[in-house]
Order: sequence, then structure tokens, then C-alpha cells
Amino acid sequence: MSIAFLSTNLPILLAAVFGTMFPTLSYIVYGLIGLLSLLYIASIFSQKKPKASTAGKNVKLLKKGFDIPVKGVPEGEVLAAKTTKFAIQPKNFPYIFPIPKVTVEVGDQVNAGDILFYDRDNTKVKFASPVSGKVTEINRGAKRSIAEIVIDADGQQTYREVASINLETISRDDLVNFLAENGVWPMINQRPYDVIPSLDAVPRDIFVTTFDTAPLAPDASKVIAGKEVAFQAGLDILRKLTSGKVHLGLDGRVAKISSAFAEANGVEKHWFAGFHPAGNVGVQIHHIAPIKNGDDIVWTLGAQEVASIGALIANKKYDASRVVAIGGNKVNKPRYVQTYMGAKIGELLDGDGKEGRVIAGDILSGEQKDYGGYLNYFDNQISVIGEGDYYEMFGWAMPTKKVPSISKTYFQGMFPSTKLKDVDANLHGEKRAFVMTGEYERVLPMDIYPQHLMKAIITADYEKMEGLGIHELSEEDIALCEFACTSKQPLQSILRQGLTELYSE
Amino acid sequence: MGLLDFFKKIEPDKQKSGFLHTLYDGFFTFLFVPNHRAKARAHVHDHIDLKRTMIFVVYALIPLYIFGMYNVGHQHYLAMGEMTGVGEGIGAKLLYGAMKVLPIYAISMAVGLGIEFFFAYKKGHGIEEGYLVTGALIPLIMPASIPYWILVIAIIFAVVLGKEAFGGTGMNVVNIALLTRVFVFFAYPGSISGDSVWVSGVDGYAGATPLGLAANGWDAVLSHFSTDQMWWGVIPGSIGETSKPLIILGAMFLLLSRIASWRIMLGGVIGMSLMGLLFNAIGANEYMQIPWYYHFYMGSFLFAIAFMATDPVTAASTNKGKWIYGLLIGAFGLIIRIFNPAYPEGWMLAILLINVFAPLMDYFVLQSNMKKRLKSA
Repeated sequence: MSIAFLSTNLPILLAAVFGTMFPTLSYIVYGLIGLLSLLYIASIFSQKKPKASTAGKNVKLLKKGFDIPVKGVPEGEVLAAKTTKFAIQPKNFPYIFPIPKVTVEVGDQVNAGDILFYDRDNTKVKFASPVSGKVTEINRGAKRSIAEIVIDADGQQTYREVASINLETISRDDLVNFLAENGVWPMINQRPYDVIPSLDAVPRDIFVTTFDTAPLAPDASKVIAGKEVAFQAGLDILRKLTSGKVHLGLDGRVAKISSAFAEANGVEKHWFAGFHPAGNVGVQIHHIAPIKNGDDIVWTLGAQEVASIGALIANKKYDASRVVAIGGNKVNKPRYVQTYMGAKIGELLDGDGKEGRVIAGDILSGEQKDYGGYLNYFDNQISVIGEGDYYEMFGWAMPTKKVPSISKTYFQGMFPSTKLKDVDANLHGEKRAFVMTGEYERVLPMDIYPQHLMKAIITADYEKMEGLGIHELSEEDIALCEFACTSKQPLQSILRQGLTELYSE
Repeated sequence: MGLLDFFKKIEPDKQKSGFLHTLYDGFFTFLFVPNHRAKARAHVHDHIDLKRTMIFVVYALIPLYIFGMYNVGHQHYLAMGEMTGVGEGIGAKLLYGAMKVLPIYAISMAVGLGIEFFFAYKKGHGIEEGYLVTGALIPLIMPASIPYWILVIAIIFAVVLGKEAFGGTGMNVVNIALLTRVFVFFAYPGSISGDSVWVSGVDGYAGATPLGLAANGWDAVLSHFSTDQMWWGVIPGSIGETSKPLIILGAMFLLLSRIASWRIMLGGVIGMSLMGLLFNAIGANEYMQIPWYYHFYMGSFLFAIAFMATDPVTAASTNKGKWIYGLLIGAFGLIIRIFNPAYPEGWMLAILLINVFAPLMDYFVLQSNMKKRLKSA
């Protein structure tokens, strides 16, 4: 093709494209194409970009993900809650023996930190009472499993005595036994599989995330306020437990974070910024030192758990106090409350959020509970959203509804606004086979192919599951993919099914 | 919500009349998004569902239908020697075209959805909406003169063997609409190729398409059609794939709503352009010498890459795979177009071929991802 050829033919080409075949129609069609192109370009540029506060920090910016803008963000001072009932639930821990050995009886008086039960397979792993008071119920579930052990708090909060240890001189074994004996061992989570770690295993590294990006998640600085010393003590303990490093994931989205995190000693600090799930420990591990296979053991903890472990040394007591965020569009007064682990949800809500779905945890990976239920072991938030029991006429047709969406078939998805919105638990569609592709990858800031992993799990292809990185994932990490899924597939259940199969291998 | 109450009242019993209930359910969920709620986590879901996805593709096809009807009428009157100007008798041309196109659409929907309903009833699950798009695509890639009985047989063949045998929507390996066309092409070649099928309602009129002429070089094409005509699509051809601006309009709509993959579309355009440049450089025969950019004017490349290649079920499913998939479709289509004078329209066969290889592309992408993980172990 020569220049000469082009120079004679280009006018013909252009004449055809902008020709006089259909003068009016061509104006309309090209006008529309131009309009759509402009919209397309505008929608690319209007995408919210995650921000990092780069005040002298090396922030890892994760571009993928999505913050669901839900109404009812918890705010204000941390209020005292009138909670009297607390429960510890063995079923919060996957794969422990369903009938643990209960060491208390109904009517027993316990101190905070007294052992309630231990795992029969792993008898040194003990579970402690969060409050002092009277054991009032031992409720059983299916097949005589223990559903929950309920304690009525006496309001005095007396503590079980904790022995003094010298962290400088104590051996690792003694330290492990000290932690297990005092009931904080279950606060450590082992990845892969999300299980209580074995007392013998030495983790490659320990990862602590100090911020939560999930919808309506509590503000980390409120959670840790007053526990700064205990948090550092907890990190000091953790450092003795691993052969590797303790990695601290820090919030790089805001200019100022709690000094407990920013000035922590003896840890590797990693700043992360981005949308949810940038605060998930699984995502952070992936970017710091990925889990390679099922035997590559690391431990993960949240800030409150680290502070609880540290309190054994710093305060000489078993401190299971928790700051819980109550939020969601069906909550009248989104707020923070001060309570203890396993508090009764009805008492925390105190009449609020009656007309809605009550979720212990966040709206993506929490568990639906009712007023009579108790917070799970690791929960530090309650979300109440609409139930969504309605039929939506021609729900598939219109592009204009103001709903939280990442789909560009809504103007909302094309030009996202940060305006908070009402959400509900309606599926907004019916379950279908996997059809659309590439939509999970858009919200997961990891080098993982979630859809292929899910298919590998469904077809029980173990080798592929491991190769595609199932060990790097936990339910919370792919919860946003489930939100985005066009086919309404239950990704979190599928993932757990795959993890269970590999774990029992 | 009076309508909702009415529909709730007439709901047939699922046990007693299963087939009726399947029918009812398909229609009802079309009217109303049902009140299904999250049973476990995650408790919130995006509002997008498969119905919405599919209907947006149909939206993109509507201009092609309207123009297709006009063009069928226009070609008819042109052959008759009446109202030969493009602006003359638009109403009459649209009416004639509608009489030709709408029955084909009705048959496509009735046959395809009938099979879909039957299998949904047999398997006891809801009616899936994949056929909404397939059924809208099939008429657009048929000549208006297609005998109805051939259409019916082809759709039955494609839907039953191509889709339901593999497990329904989301499970098929090859594009169903193209499978329908390729069935007609190989089983009844006389009804979909050659010069005499592209203009309807005029016996014995030979209305060659630009592709039929192109084997003799670009000048042979230009002696029949102006670039103007080819670009706007007032030429003989399949019903919906002649008008390039309207195809681009639909493609833009799909890109904007992110229903279709821009990687596949861009990959296809690049693939065909590169292959076209290569053929220009070789220039061994008249066909190869046609400047590469004119290939966008002739035939159905744009339609195929915008609406056929981007079918998410049959395309590659990884982002890297989609690039390769698009590039190969663009390149292979042109090879088939140029080396196969008997059937110059290459993209139908190219897409079907690459559909089959799409899992292989994903396989290599996934293997490299897996290797990275295993190597560091």
C-alpha cells in the first residue's frame, strides 16, 4: 500500500463514511455514536480512583475493588452498652470437634478468663469466658453438638488471675502454653483454611491487619483507643512465636492513624490503600508474601485480638472487651458501643433495627442472626439492612435506578457517586450458570482467577484448586466477587466447600 | 401492585401442571424480578442479572433490525426497477421488509424458546434467558429469502445439539447462532450462498454481494457498488449485517454498558488489519491486493466481531485469552475469506473454529498462573 494509493483512496473512504447516502440518518447515527463514545470516555475517567495519603510512606495502592456506599455509617463516641448476656459458640470455628469438652455447669460462677470448654481433638486449646458472672445456659444444636454457652454478666467484671511471665527469658513452648492456658489461643487464626493453629506448628510469618475496609466497618482508631500498650505487648508476644516476621498492614488511605499502629515496634509495616477488600488480611498477605500451598502456614490476627493477647502481660488479665460498630440503612442511630466478645445482639441493638435483616459481621461475609443471637467470636460489627422481600417490575430494563452497582448497565455504575444508598438482601435476579467473564477479576486485587477456581472446586479438581491459589483465599476475600456476580452464584459457600475438601484430605 | 396480585392468583400448580408452570414462571420472571433473597452470605448483591445482560444486547440489535427491514425492501424494489433511490418509498420498503423479517424472527423465537421451555420443564429449572440474544441474532445472519422449514430444522439442530446437549445456557462450546447458520450453509448451501439468494421476492435475479465479486479484485466490486453503498449497507446480504455505522453504534452501546469485551473487539480489528496488511504485501492475486481497510466495508466482519465473537460463554474467559481469541478470529477470518472463493465469508467459520480453541487459550493462561504459584513453592 503506497502513499499515492492512499491519497487517491482516502477521499473515497471518507466520502463513504461521511457520505451523502443518508444525509439525515448519518447525522443521527454519527451523533449517537459520538454521544456513546463520549459517555464511554467519560465513564472511564469518572471511575473513582483509590487515594493514598503519601506523607512519606511507601503505600501499596490497590486499584481493584469497590466500596459499597451503604447508608448508616457508624459514627460518634463509643457508648456504653447495657449488655448482660454473652455467649461463646464452638461452631464459630470450622473443623473443631462439634462436641467440645465443657468444663462448667449451668449455675457455675465464672470469672472473665475462666475456661468454659476445650477442644477434644486438641485438648490444650481452651476457650475462656469473656465476662464474669453465672453460666445460665448450655444450648445444644444438631447431634448434641454444643451451640452456645451463655453467661449472665454480674457487672462486676472480676478476672481470673494471670501469672507473670518474663517475655525476655521465656521459651517459645512455655509462651505457647501460657497463651493456651489463658484462653487466648483461639484468637489466632491460621491460614490457609481459617482454623485454630496447632500448638506445635511454627508459622512462617504472622500478619496483623489494623484496618477494615468492609462496608460499615468500625474505625480502627476507635477500636484500639486505650489499648495501645496492650497492642504493642501483643505484637511483642507474636514476634516470639514465628520464625519469620510479624507484618503489620496499615491504613494508607487516611493521613493520620492511631499511634498504636503507626509507632508499633519490632514489626514490618506495610501501608495499603484502596477500596474494599484492601483491608483484608488475605489480600495483604498476597502482596507481602503469598501463601504457596496447604503446608505454608501463616497466622493472621485483627487489632482487637492482638490487644487481648497483649493484655495478658500488659494488664495481667484476660481482656475480651470489644468495640462494636452498629450500622446499616435499617438502623436509626448508627453508633459504636463498648462491650465484650460474644454479646447478645438484641441487647446491643436495644430496640433499634427491628425491621430488617440483622447481620453479625459485615453485609458481605457476616452471618444472619436474630435478636436472640450472639455475636460470633471475631465479630466487631452488626449491620442491619432491608430484607428485600419484594417483586420488582421490569427490573432488568431501566438504566436509571440509583442503586449501589458496579454494572455499567446502570448510570450509577457508569458514573459512581459516593452518595450513600439503601441496600437490601434481595438477590435482584435468579441463580444462573456462570456466563459472564472477567467481572470477578475487576473487584479482586489479587493475581487469581476466581471463576476458574470456582469451577475447579465444583469439579473437585484438587490440583487445579491448589494451583489457582485456593490456599490464599478466605470467604471474606471473595465476598465482593459474590456481590458483583451476574449469575448470583454462592461463591463463598463454594470456596468453603473446596477448602473443606482439601483440609480433610 | 394490582398486576402482581393478578399474576400470583393465576399461578398454575407446579405439581399438577408442570409444563404450564414452567411457562408461567418464564413469563412471570420476565415481568417481575422475583423476591429471592440471600440465604447466606453475601447478603447484598448487585442489581445486574443475566436477564438484564441479555436484554442489553437485544437493545443494541434493534437499529439493525429496522435498517435490515428497510434494506430487504430496498433490494427488492431495486431488482424490480421501482423506487430505486434510497430515499424513495421508505414506508413501502419497510413494510415489505417487515413482512419478510418479522416471520423469520417469530419462527426463530418460537422454535428456540419452545425447545428452551421444554428442556427447562424436563430438567425442572427456570427458563434461562440465553436464547433471547441467540434468537435475535439468528434472523440477522440469514438471507431474507431463507425457506422457513430450513430455518426451523437449523434452529432445532443448533439449540438441541449445540446447547441443550451440553447442559443449557452457559455450557455450550460454540456460538449457537453461528451453528444455525453453518448448518444451513453445509446442509442447504443453495439457500444461503451464491448470487441468487440475497434479494428476496424476485425470481432469477442475480444480486451478487461485494464478497462474491471481490475475487476479481476491488475494481470489480466498485463497478457494482460504491463504497458509500457498502458502508451504509444498501447492498444485497444477510438481513442485519450490512450497515456498518449501525453495527458500530450497537458495538459502542455494548462497550459502554460493558456487556461485551473491548479486548475481543479490539483484538479482532487489529488481527484482521495485520492479516490484511500481510496479504497486501504478498499480493499474489486480485483478492489479496484489495486494500486491507476495504475489508471492513465488505461482508460481515464488524457484525461478527461485535456480536458473535463477544459471546461470553464461547469466548475465552481470561483477559489475556480474550486478546489472543480476538486476534486469531480477525486473522483467521480473513484467511478463510481470501483462500476460499467458494465461500468468501470467513468469520462464521473462523469464530466457530476459535470457539473450540478458546478453552485452550484459557488453559495456557491458567497454567502460567499456576506455574508461578508452584514455582515459588
